[in-house]
Amino acid sequence: MANQQPNSGNPRVDIEYRRKKSAEEMKHQVITFAMMIFLTIVAFVAAGYEGFSAWFIVPFILILAVVQVIFQLYYFMHMSHKGHEAPALFLYSGALVGFITIIAFLTVIWW
Amino acid sequence: MAAEQKMTYETWPASPEKQTLEAKNKFLGFWFFLGGETVLFASLFATYLALKDKVPSSDMALAKDLFEIPLAFMMTMLLLTSSLTSVYAMYHMKNFNFKKMQLWLGITVLLGLGFLGLEIYEFNHYVHEFHHSFTSSAFGSAFYTLVGFHGGHVAFGLLWITTLMIRNSKRGLSLYNAPKFYVASLYWHFIDVVWVFIFTVVYLMGMVG
Repeated sequence: MANQQPNSGNPRVDIEYRRKKSAEEMKHQVITFAMMIFLTIVAFVAAGYEGFSAWFIVPFILILAVVQVIFQLYYFMHMSHKGHEAPALFLYSGALVGFITIIAFLTVIWW
Repeated sequence: MAAEQKMTYETWPASPEKQTLEAKNKFLGFWFFLGGETVLFASLFATYLALKDKVPSSDMALAKDLFEIPLAFMMTMLLLTSSLTSVYAMYHMKNFNFKKMQLWLGITVLLGLGFLGLEIYEFNHYVHEFHHSFTSSAFGSAFYTLVGFHGGHVAFGLLWITTLMIRNSKRGLSLYNAPKFYVASLYWHFIDVVWVFIFTVVYLMGMVG
């Protein structure tokens, strides 16, 4: 991965290697971005389309949102890199508490 | 490696955002903060979902009367693109290219400003055209709290990034300020993460019914 220190003993070669690595990573970021734009457009089209029922659209666009957020976290925020065990623990703990909160608020208004 | 040491293109490390102890602590602490922010926004989402369309009289505007696809789409595109431009800024930071990093951060700020402008227009539109205000209904309170809190985060992020850019404009990159830029960009991505759920849960689900 791009975040590791190379050690060929020749700093010039290492820099070239690192530059190439991060250029490659940047290319992946652009692909990620294109996919996020695509998912966004799909979500907007699905919500605007009269032919689907809300029972299909709502879960569908929620799944698209979750996928987009995973792209954002793992690629744009580099959670796929090494050394992100603690960040992942913090974020998922937050997400778990948040999820329980949402479930609680949604069920408390059921009657 | 000392934080204040003058760096060159050759000596710039692969992970400048995590070289010093202070940087490592900042990185960890910031992610802990983002975990807390997740809980904060989840609570606001929960409140919004529970109070959505709860209005005192039947002639008041509901979610499906208020929201329009083109505006929400424009705002989404602006914020999503600003997320990519801040990735570009961090790419140049890792290559020790201070000028290009500043340029892309500047573009990020402009896109963020565009987003904020549209949001101000939107709120103004709801208040004046639909009499949908913070105090008009439980729905209004929940809506403005959730979306307004996000807008406040955008405004704070813009001030933060702009301050960093101005403060360090004559200093160039060092191991002291690289983590600051990195953490600010993480914050900016997190704002986009929250927006993905806002446009889905508030705008799209609001239009569906």
